[in-house]
Amino acid sequence: MSIPILRQGSYLIASIQSSPSDSEWREMGQQLAERVGKLRSRGVVVDVTVLDLIDSFAARTLREIAQTVKLRGAEPVIVGIQPDVAFSMVQLGLTLGDIETELDLEEGMAMLDAILRDGRTNV
Amino acid sequence: MSEETRILIRSEYDIVTARQQVRELCMTLHFSSGEQTLVATCVSELARNIVEYAGSGEIITGLTRNTDEEGIVIIAEDKGPGIPNIELAMKDGYSTSKGLGLGLPGSKRIMDEFAIVSKTGKGTTVTVKKWKKP
Amino acid sequence: MDKGRRGKGNTEGLRQELVTHFRGERNSLRREWVHQMTAKRLLEGMTPQETEAEAATIYDTCVECLETAHYDSAEAYAKKMAERGVLRGMTSEQILGGMLTLRDVYGRSLFGKYHTDMARLAAALDVYEPVANNILAVVAMAFIRERENVVRQQQEAIRELSTPVLQVREGLLILPIIGLIDSLRAKQLTEQLLHAIRTNRAKAVVIDITGVPAVDSKIANHLLQTVDAARLMGARVIVTGLSPDVAQALVYIGVDLTRLKTVGDLQGGIEEADKFLGYKVDMVGSTIAAAMKG
Repeated sequence: MSIPILRQGSYLIASIQSSPSDSEWREMGQQLAERVGKLRSRGVVVDVTVLDLIDSFAARTLREIAQTVKLRGAEPVIVGIQPDVAFSMVQLGLTLGDIETELDLEEGMAMLDAILRDGRTNV
Repeated sequence: MSEETRILIRSEYDIVTARQQVRELCMTLHFSSGEQTLVATCVSELARNIVEYAGSGEIITGLTRNTDEEGIVIIAEDKGPGIPNIELAMKDGYSTSKGLGLGLPGSKRIMDEFAIVSKTGKGTTVTVKKWKKP
Repeated sequence: MDKGRRGKGNTEGLRQELVTHFRGERNSLRREWVHQMTAKRLLEGMTPQETEAEAATIYDTCVECLETAHYDSAEAYAKKMAERGVLRGMTSEQILGGMLTLRDVYGRSLFGKYHTDMARLAAALDVYEPVANNILAVVAMAFIRERENVVRQQQEAIRELSTPVLQVREGLLILPIIGLIDSLRAKQLTEQLLHAIRTNRAKAVVIDITGVPAVDSKIANHLLQTVDAARLMGARVIVTGLSPDVAQALVYIGVDLTRLKTVGDLQGGIEEADKFLGYKVDMVGSTIAAAMKG
């Protein structure tokens, strides 16, 4: 079962299912990189709401996916990191670098709207 | 250690099994959801180290107690190549493989007790404990 | 006195003799007990009916413990007393004093029965005393456990009171921290804040530490972790009210200032957050007052 990627206007939305395997992560990265170009998408939301933990492998993979998406010309945003997951990540010393994060899908799309409308004026 | 569970780690799929198993054990001790997430993340790091560096090994989980506390103990054991320089492996940011290099030092930070024994060519055993906070 | 020669059967016979004695004297000894407790003012705050009912049950339970040498029923009764809140309303003098009085009443009555045969009396006390001591231990432990529960509940209540996460307006939370922070409290504060961010859909948080007298490097680090964790959830954190000492502690641990947004005071912090949220700064004081009230 691979990670579903939906198209919504000029955005792509990837909803991570619980505990994806390494190959599912890889496939999602490839799919996103491909479709961003094919569909001329301007933003990508990766929704991790259902993940009950993010370890160093998942954090690194999310970073790689976001960087790839950016190189392909779209704005990446990661949404839905749960309170316990966020706290555990910082205690482990895991970061997502300068990738944008938002509370949920709705906020993520609103942020992409703002970035694409005003340019990257966000803090 | 009582009621120990052994989980064979041979591929990435076993990592998920290991962390689900340990979450259930955390629940029996009524760890808070935050603590459960920490312990499960630590198990995920240890199990991935096994897959990445040794190919296969075991995660052993169980309950432990001292005079006035209950806790959970996790042992990650493999017969892989071993870690030639433990001091280096325990430094933040050091990794010879695909992770962020935070697995071992990160695990040490989030658990209450951490011990590592490694012999080149013989394998590695990491033992971690987390006590139930009052 | 020689226990070895008496043998087990003899002790069992004596035990049964004591049980029969105490059951036979039930009414007079119980009355004597209540009378002595009243004289020592140990029954204050209890109605005569309550006294009567509790005294009867405790008396019978103690005799049962003597008979069976099992303390389950005493433990169960003590637990029930705790659950009914009886222990909560009483002082330690009342509870331990009452049990010690009962012990004396039983002891005196044994003395009355056996005082002509000192060897028999000694043997009777050998049987009776350990039972009395065990019962006392059971009651005292139940009482202490109950007290510990009360203390724990109060600590929890104080902790919740001392770390209120307030919603000032849509998207903005303030967390005024007052008092010393240790690692455990810091952890609870963070968990509370992160969950509040999710439930309130907050985009900005002002953490005010004006009321925190000292921050060591461990707590400073924890503050940074909180900021980072909130950021992962999509919320910006502004820290206000850093005292000179706290500021120096942060510099000492080499804090990455690009990760930490600080403003002088709470008011300024809220204005800064508003700028970020796109609100016009207006009537900030009255809004906080309204939020505090609500």
